[in-house]
Amino acid sequence: MSTPITTATAEAVKPARMSRRSRSGLLHGLMTNRKAMVGAVILLVFILLALLAPVLFPGNPSRITAMASQEPSAEYWLGTTAKGQDVLALTVHGARMSLFVGLAAGVMSTIIGILVGLTSAYFGRAIDETLSVVTNIFLLIPGLPLLVILAAFMPPGVGTVIFVLIITGWAGSARVLRSQALSIRSKDFVAASQVTGDRAGWIMWREILPNMASVVMGTLLGCIIGAIGAQAGLEFLGLGDTSTVSWGTNLYWAGNEGALLTGSWWVFLPSGLCIALVAFALSLFNYAVDEVTNPRLRTVKKRSATAPLSRTEDAT
Amino acid sequence: MRFILRRIGFYLIAFWVSITLNFLLPRFMPGDPISRMLSRSQDKMTAEQVLQLQKLFGMDDRPLIQQYVSYIGDVLTGNMGVSISRFPTPVSEVIASQIGWTLLLGATSLIIAALIGNLLGILAAWRRGSLIDSALPPFLIFIGSFPYFWLAMGALYLFGIVLGWFPLRHAYDSELDAGLSWAFISSVAYHLFLPALTIVLVSIGGWMLGMRNTMIATNSEDYITMAEAKGLRSRRIMLRYAARNAMLPSVTSFGMGLGFVVGGALLTETVFAYPGVGYQLLTAVQGLDYPLMQGLFLIITGAVLLANLLVDIVYVRLDPRVRTH
Repeated sequence: MSTPITTATAEAVKPARMSRRSRSGLLHGLMTNRKAMVGAVILLVFILLALLAPVLFPGNPSRITAMASQEPSAEYWLGTTAKGQDVLALTVHGARMSLFVGLAAGVMSTIIGILVGLTSAYFGRAIDETLSVVTNIFLLIPGLPLLVILAAFMPPGVGTVIFVLIITGWAGSARVLRSQALSIRSKDFVAASQVTGDRAGWIMWREILPNMASVVMGTLLGCIIGAIGAQAGLEFLGLGDTSTVSWGTNLYWAGNEGALLTGSWWVFLPSGLCIALVAFALSLFNYAVDEVTNPRLRTVKKRSATAPLSRTEDAT
Repeated sequence: MRFILRRIGFYLIAFWVSITLNFLLPRFMPGDPISRMLSRSQDKMTAEQVLQLQKLFGMDDRPLIQQYVSYIGDVLTGNMGVSISRFPTPVSEVIASQIGWTLLLGATSLIIAALIGNLLGILAAWRRGSLIDSALPPFLIFIGSFPYFWLAMGALYLFGIVLGWFPLRHAYDSELDAGLSWAFISSVAYHLFLPALTIVLVSIGGWMLGMRNTMIATNSEDYITMAEAKGLRSRRIMLRYAARNAMLPSVTSFGMGLGFVVGGALLTETVFAYPGVGYQLLTAVQGLDYPLMQGLFLIITGAVLLANLLVDIVYVRLDPRVRTH
């Protein structure tokens, strides 16, 4: 997480030289966008919590430390589960697995999406047709049932969860990235690069990909959001690895031990709120990327105001 | 017509892929879950049924290609084996008794969400910067960030357990006879309300934002300026000129939305103990009922593909451009 911040400050120092490049424009736009900053702060807090979990709550978080089903108190801030585990420790430790799986599956799906989308758009014709049909099939087959039967046939474990999330997650990003790559593919500088004899892989990597950085960013965030949500759903249904501690498995155990029926809302609330906060932060960030790169979506005062778009921050 | 034929071809390929996936999964997955399942329930079954299931899951000595051909034949004739967990009911019968509930819940919530969401999107785009445009989207994004099942359980806890306004499980009052009586229909609607409401709440944001963004693009078209110059009333321009054209992407996402809702039914029906195919799928997974699991997956996929085909047909009627080439 430290690298993007250092590059961002570095670019803020010398904006004059860098501002012509689209990527630094994106970063600068994000730095001054309130939605992006709120999202980044929330994410940073969770990442810190995840990294510091072993320090804050040393030892195995699922060990039984207290009386069962205690309400939140000074000693156990979020109360205890029906088994007598500390809910706060479970929640903080849960961040590690949830964020890791979400990030891993999201990044992998995006990489596959980039490969398929770029290949499809660059080579066109039969390759494009075939890859598009495959992509569309994966988009159409309902994701959750596919996740469930894949998970049911494979041995339970974190690897399985990540694998099935990638299988169901890559197609959406491939479609978006393909259409973006198609429009860049038809630009003159790509043709120029072809004429100078650059290899296909080089053109895709150096000419096309950098020009769609913002779309890649958007799909990456979308993939991570999707992966975190799908992971939670899968684990909630009991199809993940129930022996690990993550927000999804916390909710699975909460449901299994009848936390709501006995009125132990404190067991149930924290993990769900954490998933929501992370997803919300990612969505805010995604929304901000959209706003920065697509001037039409910036909030304007009135529809009929045809004056030049004001670059003021919207007041949400 | 060519457009429709192409789409039908595509859906057939998609269906073939899911059948093939179903065929390959039990044959190439590690751990041999099928023999575990069979050994657990062998004593309830006749030798013939065991043999048939073994055939279905590739535990025979025939070459793979021959197994594949007979598998496709079995699936297409509706022969998907017997359910283990509800022995000895055939898989197709179990599914037939439950798909109606899923379709009812899915269709109701999808239509309501699409209607309200699109309407809100139209309004938000038409009045940029108004309360609907500036306050509602972030709120809906926030709602949409919650894990769906978590919201559903929260709603069930609040309205079902604490307040006691809505029933906790099932699709209708089991003391009533199923039929077209007023009491039965109102009981079905009463049981449907809370599950449908939760789906509508989480999915409305997507519809609204999608519609809003296409509307904003449409609003900058020349024919809108032209309509304004002619002095048409604002409402008329909004609905008859802008929204009508901005609707098209929403129509396409309707098919996708159905896949999402029917797939997501797994979570809805689990939380609300609603007797549809999603709930059944989870029970099948927990009971290692592989024939039922696979049958359900095929049916759900088939239903989604069919719905998408219907959407395509509607689309051709709405958009003359796809008819010309």
